[in-house]
Amino acid sequence: MKRSELLSRIIVTVAVIGAVGAPLYFWSRTPLIHARMAENGGWNPDVIQAEVGQPLRLKFTSDDVVHGFAVGQMDMQSVDVLPGKVADITLTFDKPGIYIFYCTRWCGLNHWRMRGTIEVTGASDSPEPASPPLYVSLNLDIDAPHDAPVIPSVQPSAISGQQLAINNSISLSRDDYLSKSPFEIFDNLKNISFTAAQRWDVVAYLWQSNTTPESLENGKQLYAQNCAACHGENGAGDGVFADDLNEAGEESMQSMSGAMDMVMQTPVDFTNPTRTLGASPALLQGKILRGGMGTGMPMWGVIFTEEQIWDLIAYIYSFQFEYSK
Amino acid sequence: MNRIELTRNPFIKNTLKSRYPQLAVFIVMLVGYIFAILAGLIGTPVGSHNFSIVFVWIAWWAVLILVAVPFFGRGWCAVCPIPLPGEWLQRGAILAPPDKRPKWLNLRVPKMFRNIWMQNISFLLLALFSSVLLTTPNITGIVLAAMLFAAIGLSTIFERRAFCRYLCPVGGFIGLYSQTAPIELRIKDKQVCVTCEGKPCYNGSQAGYGCPWDVFPGGLTKNTYCGLCMECIRTCPHDNIAINMRPFSADFAKPSTRMDEAFKAFIMLGSSMIYAGVLLGPWGVFKDAAYNVGTSAWFMYAIIFLAIIFGILPGFFTLGLLKTKSALPLKGRFASLATALIPLGLMFWVAFSLSFVLTNASYILAALSNPLGLGWNLFGTANTAWQPMLTSILAPAQTLALVGGLIWSARTAQKAASETRTSSIPIIVYCFILTSIMLWLLL
Repeated sequence: MKRSELLSRIIVTVAVIGAVGAPLYFWSRTPLIHARMAENGGWNPDVIQAEVGQPLRLKFTSDDVVHGFAVGQMDMQSVDVLPGKVADITLTFDKPGIYIFYCTRWCGLNHWRMRGTIEVTGASDSPEPASPPLYVSLNLDIDAPHDAPVIPSVQPSAISGQQLAINNSISLSRDDYLSKSPFEIFDNLKNISFTAAQRWDVVAYLWQSNTTPESLENGKQLYAQNCAACHGENGAGDGVFADDLNEAGEESMQSMSGAMDMVMQTPVDFTNPTRTLGASPALLQGKILRGGMGTGMPMWGVIFTEEQIWDLIAYIYSFQFEYSK
Repeated sequence: MNRIELTRNPFIKNTLKSRYPQLAVFIVMLVGYIFAILAGLIGTPVGSHNFSIVFVWIAWWAVLILVAVPFFGRGWCAVCPIPLPGEWLQRGAILAPPDKRPKWLNLRVPKMFRNIWMQNISFLLLALFSSVLLTTPNITGIVLAAMLFAAIGLSTIFERRAFCRYLCPVGGFIGLYSQTAPIELRIKDKQVCVTCEGKPCYNGSQAGYGCPWDVFPGGLTKNTYCGLCMECIRTCPHDNIAINMRPFSADFAKPSTRMDEAFKAFIMLGSSMIYAGVLLGPWGVFKDAAYNVGTSAWFMYAIIFLAIIFGILPGFFTLGLLKTKSALPLKGRFASLATALIPLGLMFWVAFSLSFVLTNASYILAALSNPLGLGWNLFGTANTAWQPMLTSILAPAQTLALVGGLIWSARTAQKAASETRTSSIPIIVYCFILTSIMLWLLL
């Protein structure tokens, strides 16, 4: 064989091996977490291993639309994951456990299903015992109907209720606020010589007095980011996905494995006083924390901290009550 | 007609005669092609950021249809990497002289397939799936790989470049439009070929291989089937092969009489118009139908697509021909006058391609820096924002291309009509109507 032929064969062989091998090498050395709409698989991989105290560098890319990444109950800025681009973040966990990461962008009808877990292992102190949430302590049946039998004819005003409450030394302890619905407190005030509207105003004031402007503001932000897609910007159950959820009905659920028997429900309308004024904060906590068990309402207990859930609940009541600014 | 022999220039001649410059380009192309396959298969599924989609369907297509075909004819075929592995396998060598005994089956392609009907079909197959193919990286990767393996497979069964000559979906229309190009490979003196012993340009010799395109250069009258592989320049013992510059569309002096070529003209013309409507038009229902392969809407789209190409366009063309009188039978007139649709089709494709190439060219920079979607920024352009380019000149350029194409095809129709001693008016009217529709679709 002539030298030129031999050399050509060597060059061609090296070039072909390089053209095949180099992309595969770099590809295998760069593990990416792929984000896809839940209908197309969600996060891949959706289980990530990490160790306590060891920085965990994650690289993400979206295979379809804009997604976002955040870890539940962790104080962090969410990361936008753009189609075809790579975003990265480094996380360090100081406690072992199973953390939930989730999509922070309204990417599609089943957006809330885009979740995965980070399993953090490593040396640590003995596990902290978790106290049961209030709704469990109170033994509430959060799926039982809780409609308020009486509702106000006009929106209750905390401003109007404030003077009445002060003049009559009416206050509401934190425990009562958390465990009783506005209607129950309204009912408790029946022996005072107020009109019904005045009693509702007092209830509105008592609810406001159990929250802070910061808490309401935080709740508003959490609501806008996580709840408004279904429940609507103004709480009316008319979010951008509400119609789609109605239209898709069971079909959208059945596209997800293991969810054949789920039944979709229209997102709750928080502006409906019968529903909202009949629910105690503890009951709402249960619904948010546990989720709707197949109704389409996600489980948020692994995402929000307890404080965030109370902030959210405080904000939800603001759809019923007129608070002073 | 005046021709300038480029191979008189010693640099050009030596560059073409030597195998090394072409081999160097081949290797780069082959590496790029394999990389595109892998990028399609393992890169991001987001088409606008995937190297295979961006470099094949935007960058390569732009170079091919806006530069290579109009100015260099089969210039792309001269450097195309697809047939190389098969050809090297077939020969058992990359550079070494051919063996006397073939290494593989070396069969002759059956006569019924020695036309471009298979290329017409392969192009239409890709065209019908194009909405998915053009946007889905792994489909593009699979199709690119399939073409490479098909070329290898055919090289082991049939002699020469059977894939390029009879199956390549791209080669068919490049050949058709290469007739318009101002460049050609031709012999210098016919008498030299007549008396040449052994015809090494076709049969091969110690100096090189017989024409991979199954063409005897001595009989070349048009560019259609000459792949510009330059092998005959190396094998001709009489230095009788030349690369010439010539006027545009010089090959139309003698119009084609082949129905496969005539229908290729209709396929290309119709496809460009359908793409302009479906891919660039405002009708979402057409886009959905084209994209949702396998659905009843897609089948309807496919039926309409084929009906336009094989029914409506040739039907009205034939109706126009019926208005003319000629001693030539209708079939002969059809094939001959369809030549007028070649420059029209080419300019339709130029106008259509300008739209999406200028709109999407900015993706090239991002894909160049991050070809596998792994977050690289090789040249600092990975985050280049999408930005349509030269939007102000798009409409004038498209209008110029379409009107220019109409004038060019009218001129071609006149020549073809005078060859067949018939009237060119119905064909010119036909071209005018199609150009008007295309203007409406694009502007």
